[in-house]
Amino acid sequence: MRTAFIQTLLSLAQNDPRIVLVTGDLGFGVVTPFMEQLPNQFVNAGVAEQNMTGLAAGMALSGKIVFTYSIANFPVLRPLEQIRNDVCYHNANVRIVSVGGGMAYGSLGPSHHATEDLAIIRALPNMMVIAPGDPTETRLAVRALIDHQGPAYLRLGRAGEPDVHTAEPDFRLGRAITVRSGSDITLISTGGMLHDAVLAANALEKEGISVRVLSMHTVKPLDEEAVLAAARETQAIFTLEEHSIIGGLGGAVAEVLLESGARPRIFKRIGLNGGFSSIVGSQEYLKAQYGLDVNGLLNTVLRELGKK
Amino acid sequence: MITSHTDLTELARKLREHSVRMTHKAGASHVGSSLSMVELLVVLYTRILRVDPHRPDWPERDRFILSKGHGCAAYYAVLAETGFFPLEWLETFYSDGSRLAGHATHTYVPGIEISTGSLGHGLSVATGMALAAKRDSRSWRVFCLLSDGECDEGSTWEPILFAPQHRLDNLIAIVDYNKIQSLGAVKEVIDLDPLAAKWQSFGWSVREVDGHNLEEIEEALRQVPYEIGRPSCLIAHTVKGKGISFMENKLLWHYRSPQGDEYRAALAELGCAL
Repeated sequence: MRTAFIQTLLSLAQNDPRIVLVTGDLGFGVVTPFMEQLPNQFVNAGVAEQNMTGLAAGMALSGKIVFTYSIANFPVLRPLEQIRNDVCYHNANVRIVSVGGGMAYGSLGPSHHATEDLAIIRALPNMMVIAPGDPTETRLAVRALIDHQGPAYLRLGRAGEPDVHTAEPDFRLGRAITVRSGSDITLISTGGMLHDAVLAANALEKEGISVRVLSMHTVKPLDEEAVLAAARETQAIFTLEEHSIIGGLGGAVAEVLLESGARPRIFKRIGLNGGFSSIVGSQEYLKAQYGLDVNGLLNTVLRELGKK
Repeated sequence: MITSHTDLTELARKLREHSVRMTHKAGASHVGSSLSMVELLVVLYTRILRVDPHRPDWPERDRFILSKGHGCAAYYAVLAETGFFPLEWLETFYSDGSRLAGHATHTYVPGIEISTGSLGHGLSVATGMALAAKRDSRSWRVFCLLSDGECDEGSTWEPILFAPQHRLDNLIAIVDYNKIQSLGAVKEVIDLDPLAAKWQSFGWSVREVDGHNLEEIEEALRQVPYEIGRPSCLIAHTVKGKGISFMENKLLWHYRSPQGDEYRAALAELGCAL
């Protein structure tokens, strides 16, 4: 996703001088082509995320479309008040890009686990929240964000995620993509969980369960229509996120379901339980430990359906 | 059109009168913080800033950011006095349904670039604006007025580091150095001295003035940038509560709103009736 992001941004920026990339001194080997080819549209703010965000707001209020770039929590939690007051309050065209959402930097430890970012950033007024499901969605999201008015948060994985989409999907900000049709249960996935969701759905199909998979790449504003349709048309809804179960995608979907009265028979948030990881490991290892790999997803779904 | 020194002195008196009346009527804090920066605002808005009250969004305008957003009574007053919005709005300051909040607020208030209130934000945003101007080869400048207290914020020092690196000589920071912050004397809370040397050592070109001397301020601000390729910093030595004898240099007037006898006495010192 990181590669898809930077390639797309570079090609757009070559034809649009309004686009500026501001990094918090991170992106070795990633942002380099941008830095070299478009020096006038590139800024390294240094290891200073508060200034990075404030100056992004200032540039945006002067007509630029500014992408701030760093990893995990650094561009989000450190400058949270700059995001709220300087970016959101002024509805500035700043896109906050975090590479390594979830536990992508697993072995680096909990300082580098972005596992509450969706919940925290979702609460901010004017802020759009996007976590693409694969490199294709990332490319489409970056393109769509050029024309979007106001702030946005773009939560990416790292590099090397598989493409889930085999053809270019109909991508619209705020609209879920139905990756797979199904009538028994629905898996609503955000971010890089999409690949696991599809694999789990394929396995469940073999057990005779018809699975709908939605890629909820936009967590805010949430596609309420897609959620309510899933509640009407399928028996169970599972939300999948590499994030705390508090306040992220699962929380957002729960809010819609409970207030609508269109409650499915079964609703389950699949994510992290809200603690800090007490074990050391790669993203794959930690996902397996916390039940977020394909096997973990299957176990949870089958248990909830009373089939295990 | 304000041209003479007498006019500027009278405008400064008016801003003090507005600040006292506004904080009195609203029961609001921060009159002392407004009074210390009155001459700075007067010189900026009559002699320095290339702004047009009839076109507050004019793209080529100079930008002014009040990073010490709590001093907004005098800021709103100078905008009203120079024609950005009607003087009557000042009477609504801080009250239910008003546009004029207790910290500088941009929504529906012509002439205010950005909302502030949380300290340590303004200089970063100003730096971004200055950088955008440089990148686009625009000639407008960005002036940012900070309090001394907000020089405690780490986030204030991030753009102080950044701006010289990018040779932002279109950026001018002005520190209203009134020596009193929220809970005590600056010297006793977090001593900033030698403040000019600190900015200088970070790569800024620094001048110091008596922040209540109109001629000195004008001369200093007319000369920016002090060096090509460096951001400028003007440290204005000021007096908190300046102009009202019993408010001067008193921490209490960071908080207290003038009422009763104190209100009458304050207006009398400014030479106006109730």
